[in-house]
Amino acid sequence: MAKTAKLYIAGAFPRSESGRSYVVNAANGRLLANVAAASRKDVREAVVAARAAQARWAAATAYNRGQVLYRIAEMLEDRAPTFTAAVADAEGCDDADARARVGATIDRLVWYAGWADKIAQIVGGANPVAGPFFNFSLPEPTGVVGVLAPQNSSLLGLVSVVAPVITTGNAAVVVASEARPLPAVAFAEVLATADLPGGVVNILTGRTAELAPVLAAHRDVEALDCAGAGPELSATLEEAAADNVKRVLAAPGEEEEWSASPSVQRMLAFVETKTVWHPLGI
Amino acid sequence: MQTSTGTGPIGADLAAPARTVPFGVPAPGTEVVRSESELRRFLLGLPGVDQVGVEERAARLGGRSIKAAAKLFAIDAAISMVDLTTLEGADTPGKVRALCGKARRPDPADPSVPPVAAVCVYPDLVPVARGALAGSPVKVASVATAFPSGRASLAVKLADVADALEAGADEVDMVIDRGAFLAGDYGRVLEEVFAVKQACRKAHLKVILETGELATYDNVRRAAWIAMLGGADFVKTSTGKVSPAATLPVAVVLFEAVRDFLDLTGRAVGVKVAGGVRTTKSAIGYLVAANEVAGEAFVDPALLRIGASGLLNDLLMQRQKQRRGAYAAADDFSVE
Repeated sequence: MAKTAKLYIAGAFPRSESGRSYVVNAANGRLLANVAAASRKDVREAVVAARAAQARWAAATAYNRGQVLYRIAEMLEDRAPTFTAAVADAEGCDDADARARVGATIDRLVWYAGWADKIAQIVGGANPVAGPFFNFSLPEPTGVVGVLAPQNSSLLGLVSVVAPVITTGNAAVVVASEARPLPAVAFAEVLATADLPGGVVNILTGRTAELAPVLAAHRDVEALDCAGAGPELSATLEEAAADNVKRVLAAPGEEEEWSASPSVQRMLAFVETKTVWHPLGI
Repeated sequence: MQTSTGTGPIGADLAAPARTVPFGVPAPGTEVVRSESELRRFLLGLPGVDQVGVEERAARLGGRSIKAAAKLFAIDAAISMVDLTTLEGADTPGKVRALCGKARRPDPADPSVPPVAAVCVYPDLVPVARGALAGSPVKVASVATAFPSGRASLAVKLADVADALEAGADEVDMVIDRGAFLAGDYGRVLEEVFAVKQACRKAHLKVILETGELATYDNVRRAAWIAMLGGADFVKTSTGKVSPAATLPVAVVLFEAVRDFLDLTGRAVGVKVAGGVRTTKSAIGYLVAANEVAGEAFVDPALLRIGASGLLNDLLMQRQKQRRGAYAAADDFSVE
């Protein structure tokens, strides 16, 4: 009998408030499972959870955030066979490909984990000013970030957009790939057991076109990553996001090749620069 | 309606000194309660509350789906029923003035938002609130009678009330002596409510039952009847200092009591739920319960109040959501 997977909100696994679910089939058409179809009220709950968790996550030391990301990578590695099967089913690739994609996902998490306490060194620093001040700039997290996960790459793509958001201290409300949500559901179980405080990452499954506009218009969301929106939806989301001047990472014309080596750009998209003028006081 | 204000005879079975309470109040079955023993017999003879039944009913009422235009109506009604409250040891005149500004115009960006019903403060801050609310329809309420414990002599409690009234309070929130009530000294509780009501003269009297300390729904019903017999204009659930504070089942019991009292005497007593009401959803649950249990006439700031501080911003956020379609952010509204 097919399972019905639930949502991941505030560190717990609730059903959708709407009570809806939808059927997920493998790439070859075989029935895999049902998953919860989140509604706008689930988006609201997820944003409340993310807002509540964000300040503490940002206040944790960068080193600590890095350790948590390493831990997520470890937990994912422990369950690599599960993820390999889930990715093979979802993306319709053979086992060797799926194993390579799961391996790349683990590497991606480790790569971002290392950046947690180093990103400030490449975008922050001391500024030369003509006055008796010690002037320095630091990257600060933007806040609550809505993330529309890539539609095709169900695990590597998901982690490649979520990890950069949380590494710098943001909290994320993630809408998983609509047709391939099961690797995201398994990833939620990894997050729940990996020392990540509840609410820092919330994962919703459901119709992207239904949930994305709610997230884009929500005034308590500070940024939006449209990776999984497609160019047309992305444009309307950008308009809705303008209401409270969200930072928006628009959707590319075609989904990125996630196996390519990453850059720091996704981290820098969701940080603000804080500049401090400190009197020397000598 | 009180039919007599004279000093009634006291039951001969009581050794207590004669009380100055008029027991000449009507009650079902006995027509008029004339003595403390009759009061006791009446209160203990009230029908018991079916705990499971009332909790089940409250859960159903609280789960009603109120949407769209009805929700917008309910939100505006709830805003106009809020007693915006600050009862902290750290209250300052500045904080009370800010609260009064918020009470007059809850959302400065939207003049269509109605003002709240009242601002509720400690007696020493009543003059500040009075000044800040001059010329507005918002009332000034003050807690009195040794709030929140109510453990002081009657003379001290009356002095506290006189203080609040002299400072210009329109409404007085008194606490009952829960110790006396739980010890079974109902006459003393009635006596105090009556004395405070006399001291209040024209000011509205809200009687805080502190239901969280009364242990059973039967006790809540009895305490509500004592307050109403003593002349209360409102019965109020809680001080906000004790957990649990207001709950929907307790409110249902109170709505039943005021409904029965209205049927019996023709005098409508209001209900104020206070403490623990933080979300629009729970506030709407109380409106639904008032409408279903007590009647439509009770969905009115004259007969239903919600004592809260954090609730107002949630109401404003939900109102904005209803009007604009997008979820609101807490940061868009002032804290006080």
